[in-house]
Amino acid sequence: MDILITGILLGGTYALIAMGLNLQYGVARIMNLANGEMLVAGGFAAFWFYVNQALSPLLTWVLVAPVAFLLNWLIYQIILRPLVKRAKNRGMLERDSILATFGLSFIGVGVMLASFGGDYFSYSFAATPVVIFGDTFGLNRVLSFVAAVILCGAVYLWMHFTRIGMAMRALAVEPRSAGLVGIKVSKLAAIAFALGGTITAVGGSLISTYLTLDASTGVVFTLKALIIVIMGGVGDIRGTIIAALMLGIIETLVASLIDPGLTLAAAYLLFILILLFRPQGLFGRVRS
Amino acid sequence: MSELSVSGLTKRFGGLVAVNDLSFSVNQHEILGLIGPNGSGKSTTLNMISGSLKPTEGIVNFRNRELQDLPAHKISRLGVSRTFQLVRTLPSMSVVENVMAGAVFGHKRLWGKRLQQAASEALERVGMADKRGAAISQLTYIDTKRVELARAMVSDPRVLLLDEWLAGLNPSELEIGIDLIHSLREQGVTVVLVEHVMDAIRSLCDRCVVMASGQMIIEGNTHDVLQHPEVIKAYLGDDDA
Amino acid sequence: MTSKEWRQLTLLLVAVALMALIPLGDDGYWLSICISIVMFTALATSWSIFSGPTHYISLASAAFFGIGSYVTALGFESLSLWVLVPIAGVMGALIAALIGLATLRLSGVYFVIFTLGLAELIRQITTWVQNASGQKGFYVLTDVTESQLYWALLGLCLFVFLLGGLIERSRLGFAVRIIGDDEAVARHVGINTALTKVILFMVPGAVAAMVGAILAPRYVYIEPSLAFAPILSFQVVIMALLGGTGRLWGPLVGVVPFTFLWEFLSSTFPNQTTLLLGVAFLVIVFVLPQGFIGLFASIKRRMNGGRA
Repeated sequence: MDILITGILLGGTYALIAMGLNLQYGVARIMNLANGEMLVAGGFAAFWFYVNQALSPLLTWVLVAPVAFLLNWLIYQIILRPLVKRAKNRGMLERDSILATFGLSFIGVGVMLASFGGDYFSYSFAATPVVIFGDTFGLNRVLSFVAAVILCGAVYLWMHFTRIGMAMRALAVEPRSAGLVGIKVSKLAAIAFALGGTITAVGGSLISTYLTLDASTGVVFTLKALIIVIMGGVGDIRGTIIAALMLGIIETLVASLIDPGLTLAAAYLLFILILLFRPQGLFGRVRS
Repeated sequence: MSELSVSGLTKRFGGLVAVNDLSFSVNQHEILGLIGPNGSGKSTTLNMISGSLKPTEGIVNFRNRELQDLPAHKISRLGVSRTFQLVRTLPSMSVVENVMAGAVFGHKRLWGKRLQQAASEALERVGMADKRGAAISQLTYIDTKRVELARAMVSDPRVLLLDEWLAGLNPSELEIGIDLIHSLREQGVTVVLVEHVMDAIRSLCDRCVVMASGQMIIEGNTHDVLQHPEVIKAYLGDDDA
Repeated sequence: MTSKEWRQLTLLLVAVALMALIPLGDDGYWLSICISIVMFTALATSWSIFSGPTHYISLASAAFFGIGSYVTALGFESLSLWVLVPIAGVMGALIAALIGLATLRLSGVYFVIFTLGLAELIRQITTWVQNASGQKGFYVLTDVTESQLYWALLGLCLFVFLLGGLIERSRLGFAVRIIGDDEAVARHVGINTALTKVILFMVPGAVAAMVGAILAPRYVYIEPSLAFAPILSFQVVIMALLGGTGRLWGPLVGVVPFTFLWEFLSSTFPNQTTLLLGVAFLVIVFVLPQGFIGLFASIKRRMNGGRA
C-alpha cells in the first residue's frame, strides 16, 4: 500500500515535468531534449535560494517562473523559430530540433558545471514525517505532490476553458488548419514553448525538495518525460497525467521489490511495450 | 474476365464512414472510371486497393488473391501500380533514376543493363526520353506527372491506379495526357481512373462507377451513366436533374 | 566497375597502406591519436551508412560498443581476441536487428529517444547483474600490443568502406535512398521499408560492437560506466554530421579535425568538453546542415559561376 502511495506521490511530480514537455512537443512541435536541464536549473534555483536566502522552495516559483518563461521564450525565438521556418516537413523539423536542443542541453550542462561544479546538491526541507493510511511519508513529497496537482489542474482548466488554451489544443491536433481559423501559429507556439519550460522549471524546484540532483542528472529526467509523453499520447493532458502516475507507481514497485538501480530499465520496458502495441499512446490519435 | 474486384468495401475513420459497402469489378484491359463529387470516397477506395489504407470491412480481389490484408509493398509486387493525387517524385534523384525505382523492386526485379533498357523504354513511351538526366526540380508540372507515370508503368503492372492524374493540366497538356493513357491500353494494362475531368472520362473510360457520399450510385456504360438523372443530381444538385 | 570506381578503390587501399605504417614510426602519442582517428572513422562511417540516407539519428553507438567490450571481457580467457571480434560483430548485428524490429516501423523520433537511453539502460542492467554476481568489473589482460590493435581497427575501417561502397551500388543502397526521399513511394514500388531499415541498421550495430571488442584490452579494466559511456554516441553523431553524410568519406572529414579539437580541449579545458559538444551540435544545425562536404559542394557550385 505504501508503495502505491509513494508511487502516486512520485507520479504527481513526474506529471508536472512531463506536462512541460507535452506542451513543447505537442503544441510547439519541438522535441526538447534540453528539458531535463531546465528541470535541474529550476532545482538549482530552489536550492540556492533556500540555502542562501532561506526562501521556502514552495515560494521559489515566484522567481523561477518568470525567468524560466522569458528564457524559454527567447530560446524559441532565437534558436528554434528559424528551424521551424526552414523545415520543409515535419520529419526535418524533428531532426533539426533534436540536434539543436541536444546542443542546448550540453551547453546547459556545461554552464551549470562551470557555475555550480559537479557536486550533488540537496537540502533538507520539510522532511518531517506525515502519516497517510497508516504509513509514513515525507512531508516534502506530499507538499510537492499537492503543488503538482494544483498546477496540473490549473493547466488542464486553462487548456480547456480559455481561448488561448483551446487555440493551443487546436494547434496540437491539427497544425495545418489552425492557421486557417485565425490562430497566430508562430506566436502561440512560442508561448506554448515558454510555458512548457516554465512548468518544467517549477517542477524542478519542487522535485529538489526530496531528490538529489546534480548537473548531469538532467538526461534521465528528459528520458522519463519523453517516455511519459509518448505513453500518454502527445498533446493530451489527461494522458500525460495518467502515464506519469503509472510510471511513478511502476518505478516505485521495481525499486522496492527488485532493485532501486533498475528504475530506468522499468521505464524502458514500459516504453517498449507501448511502442510495440500502441505507439500512439493511451490517448493519442493515430496519425494517418 | 474480372481482373480486379472489390466487394463490401468499407472504410470508417472513427465516426466518419468514408466508403460504405462498395462493390464493383474491373475487367481485363478495361479502363474503368471511378467518378463522383468531391468527398465521395474515390481516393479512399483507390488507397484501399493499393494498400495505403486498410479497409475496415470488405474484400479486394485481384486475380483470385485477396489484397485487403496485405501491406502496400506486397500489393505492388503482385503487379498493382499507382500514381498519387499530389505528384510524388524522388527529389534527390534524376529523372531516369526516378523511373528505375519503379522497376527494381516490383514483380520483375530488374537490375543492371535490363533495368536501364526498361527505364529508357518507359521514358520514351511517356515522351521524356530527352530529359533522362535532368534533375526533378527543373521539370514542369506535366513532366513530373509523366515521370510518375513512367515509374508506375516500368514494372509492367497488370493494374494501374491513376489518382486524378489529369488534374491541373491546361487544354493542350490534357490532350497529350489523354493520348498517353489511351496508349497504355496497348501495353495490356487494366486501368482504374479516378477523375473529375469530364472530357477525359468520356473519351477514355469504357465503364464508370459513380460514387457519392461513400456509396455507389450507379455503374455502367460511360455514355449512359453520365446522362443518368441520379448522377447529374449528385454533381449539380436537384435543380438541374 | 567504372574507372572512377577503380580510382576510388586504389585511393582507399593506398591510404590504408600508408596509415598502416604509422606504428613503425612512432608508438606513443601519434599512435594513440591515430587509434582514436581510426576508431572514430569506423564508428562514424558505419553510423552514416544507416543514419545518412534514412535520416534516423542513432545514439546507440555506445550501447553496441559496450556490448562488444563485454564480449571480449567475458571471453578472452577461453578464446583468442581475433575470434571474439567477429562474435561481437554477430551479437551487435542481432541486437541491432531486435531494436530495429521494435522501433524502426515508427517515426524517427521514437528511434532517437529509444537509442538515447539505450546505453544507460544496458549499463543499469549490467551493473545490477554484476552487483548480484559479486564481480564489479573484469580485468582484460592480454599480450596484444597497441600496434596490433591499431592494425585491427584499420582493417575494420577498410571493411566498413568496402561494405559501404558495395551497399551504395546495390539494390539495398537504392532502396534506402528511395526511403530517405519518400517512404510512401518506397512502399508503393515494392520496397519492404521496415525490413530494409532493420538490415541496414545491423551494419553500425555490428561495427560498433567490433570496435568495442578490439579496444577492450586497451582499457584493461572493463566495468559498466566505462564500457557504456553515453558520450561516445554523441561524439560519433557530431563527427559524422560535421563531415557530412552525403558521401562515404564524409564522416572521415569530420573525424580528423574533431579528434584533434577534442584532444586539445581535454588537455587544456577538461571541464568544458561538454560545452564543446553543445556548441558543435548548434554549429551543425545552423552553419553546416550538410556537413563540411556540403559546404565544399556549395563553394564549388558558386565557383562554377552559379550555374544550376
